[in-house]
Amino acid sequence: MSSNILQLGAGHAHGADSEEHSLSVERLSMAFPHDGRLLVALEGVSLEVEQGELVCIVGASGSGKSTLLNILAGLDEPTSGRGHVHGRVALMFQEAALLPWLTAAGNVELALELRGVKRSERRDVARELLNRVHLKGFERRLPHELSGGMKQRVALARALAQDADVLLMDEPFGALDAITRDRLHEELERIWSETGLTILFVTHNAREAVRLGDRVLVFTSRPGRVGHEVKVDLPRPRSLDSPELAVIAGRITDRLKHEMGVVGGN
Amino acid sequence: MATELAAGLATVDEVETAPRPGGLPLRRVWAGLWPKLAAAALLLAVWQAVVWSGWKPDYVLPGPGPVFKRLAQDFANINFDLGVAITLRRALIGYATAVAIGTVLGIMVARVAVLRKAIGSAILGLQSMPSIAWFPLAILLFGLNETAIFFVVILGAAPAIAGGLLSGVDHVQPILVRVGHVMGARGLNLYRYVILPAALPSFVGGLKQGWAFAWRSLMAGEIIGIVGHQLSLGQQIQFARDFADAEQLLAIIVVIFVIGVVIDSLFGILDRGIRRRWGLFGEVA
Repeated sequence: MSSNILQLGAGHAHGADSEEHSLSVERLSMAFPHDGRLLVALEGVSLEVEQGELVCIVGASGSGKSTLLNILAGLDEPTSGRGHVHGRVALMFQEAALLPWLTAAGNVELALELRGVKRSERRDVARELLNRVHLKGFERRLPHELSGGMKQRVALARALAQDADVLLMDEPFGALDAITRDRLHEELERIWSETGLTILFVTHNAREAVRLGDRVLVFTSRPGRVGHEVKVDLPRPRSLDSPELAVIAGRITDRLKHEMGVVGGN
Repeated sequence: MATELAAGLATVDEVETAPRPGGLPLRRVWAGLWPKLAAAALLLAVWQAVVWSGWKPDYVLPGPGPVFKRLAQDFANINFDLGVAITLRRALIGYATAVAIGTVLGIMVARVAVLRKAIGSAILGLQSMPSIAWFPLAILLFGLNETAIFFVVILGAAPAIAGGLLSGVDHVQPILVRVGHVMGARGLNLYRYVILPAALPSFVGGLKQGWAFAWRSLMAGEIIGIVGHQLSLGQQIQFARDFADAEQLLAIIVVIFVIGVVIDSLFGILDRGIRRRWGLFGEVA
């Protein structure tokens, strides 16, 4: 009955046309007026993400990463160029941004309701989604009764409830302690492999990017554009503390430092 | 090993979550009640002390004893009870109308940019205007009748209610609006599911303030305007003064005070309930 709703992408992720890009950005630029000047946040960004791929964007703060996700989520219009997402899109922020008057289950149910899921099915589906992010037994809790990590789990369940094809994540674990973040990495990876979701994950942490990504795109700062691409071939699940991961992350960090040095030298 | 670690951490997560507010209901009611009872007792003691000091003669300032005896007699009098009923009915109708007008006005001003520019600040200005100042105009417009009183009550309460709603809508966290957008809530749905619930605590604050203004305006209106020879509370207080009946006067003041306090505390309960649910404060002291 409700299982069809929960087969998130398991069927459609690797659909007939595997050549199809799930997400593509073409020469996208974005500029804001700021203090009487035009601030160029993104300049000529081009990237493509295949269906079922997990791609991380890593860049210093101010490199326009969040701006890119907002445009892809349809919250902002680019100044020029285009960003296209094939299918439904969900967005997670650094804050869980749960509606504080709704319980954990209520937050998930609202996403289901806005997607048009029938009332009779919502409760069961929400329960199952919360179960999936290991929040069984916390359905009736209000957001302020949950820890930071649990709130982000609810936010993840809510994003899954949107039945998105593409999940955009804007430093979702940036405010969490290392241990909680580690666990959420595992869970995100598990859900990703179960559902075949396409994920674009933004972070400023090179290790996190290498821990999660099939590919890591290194953003330059001011204006932001894709400066460098690293393919991560380490087997999964990866450990944040493995030496191989540290080597790759170190190279990315060097590049980021170099970028910032160039910016600082101007 | 990873799963063992995960299992261990689940309990850490659980311990870290905030405890639910608990305790025996009776004890909590008592904890909220006794300071109020103590304050009332203190007030009565000061009143009695002033009377005993002989500052004013008994027929001008009677003590609590005679006043409460008079109050008991009053409640046995059908005309007095009728007066209380008339006043409460006016309060209810006037306030309900003000809530309806204030809510519609608040939403419209919040939604329509032109309206906001035109009357947004006027609503704030009206809030600080003592609505009884409208009463002479209301008498000219409607005659000396209940409509004039309702006019004043509504002008007193509606701006506060609209203002509360407006400020609630204005202060919704932008990230919640963005989340609503991402989930596909647009236009009216965004209001229904995100903005209005988020504005509710501020709206209830406006309702509470609106009630206080309505009650004040009603009393002022009833004392000034004698409408249809009905024995409303405001008129009875005026008659008591005309007859130099200080006991009656004070007895009615007690009634007005108690009605105000009871309704205010009902709003307080509603307000605290919402704020607790919304997580706007942790534990209530």
